[in-house]
Amino acid sequence: MELHILLIFMILGAIIAIEVKDLLSSVVAVGAVGFALCLAFLILKAPDLAITQLVVEILCLIILIRATIKRDLPLVIEGRWVFNTISTLVFMAVFMFCAWLALKELPRFGEPLMLVVKKYLAEARVSTGAANIVTAVILDFRAYDTLGEATVLFASVIGIMAVLRRPGRKKNK
Amino acid sequence: MSLYLLCLLLFCVGFYGILRKRNLVKMIIGLGIMEYSMNLFFVLLGYRMQGRSPIEAMDQNVLNMVDPLPQALVLTSIIIGLGVTALVISIAIRIYDKYGTFDITKINKLRG
Repeated sequence: MELHILLIFMILGAIIAIEVKDLLSSVVAVGAVGFALCLAFLILKAPDLAITQLVVEILCLIILIRATIKRDLPLVIEGRWVFNTISTLVFMAVFMFCAWLALKELPRFGEPLMLVVKKYLAEARVSTGAANIVTAVILDFRAYDTLGEATVLFASVIGIMAVLRRPGRKKNK
Repeated sequence: MSLYLLCLLLFCVGFYGILRKRNLVKMIIGLGIMEYSMNLFFVLLGYRMQGRSPIEAMDQNVLNMVDPLPQALVLTSIIIGLGVTALVISIAIRIYDKYGTFDITKINKLRG
């Protein structure tokens, strides 16, 4: 029940973030959505995810505020309002219909399959020595995934430096 | 079932933001909302009713734990989402420096 309330709060916050005029208010609203997601992770018994989401959300807010502060919002004139809105709504309706067809094949809420993870659960204590299974999976059974994650992170840092770097002063000839 | 549908509705809100808005920052916010909803969907798939968090204790056996594998994958996905958001925001800042606007219909000129 509390998950339903949190999800409805997140949907309302997302609609406010998309629709409000001021960019800074929009960033604050998306921050509220992120912290509600952190609470939802806590309710779903995933404390590691809640901690990570908290840190990432704060960093994201700082980056987004850096991008939007002291920048004006230009007057947005919506062209072809009816056509664009109707096509977007048709896309969303098709998506929700296909999702509703696919959701019937999934296991019901509250009864996970746990086919792969049984092996990890049986071996985690003996072969890795970690009491926290999530850490055992990301740092031991699937360590190459974590290596790829670090690679992606450093690649994005290199990309940000290449994009944001000011060009050096040219020498006068 | 209703939780899954609410989660996909959140996805649709982000999708609407990407398709319909003409401000670059609004589109980036829509991307972030889609990412949140997908992370939440994976964690919802692994939840067990009256389950406990996947940390071993004395009175804990396999049958009353939530599924730890989606949590481990979503942990990777959250970090990658931070990298993507930072890269896209830096590109948007450069576009603002060059054109003086966030409106995507005014960024169609290739100025040297």
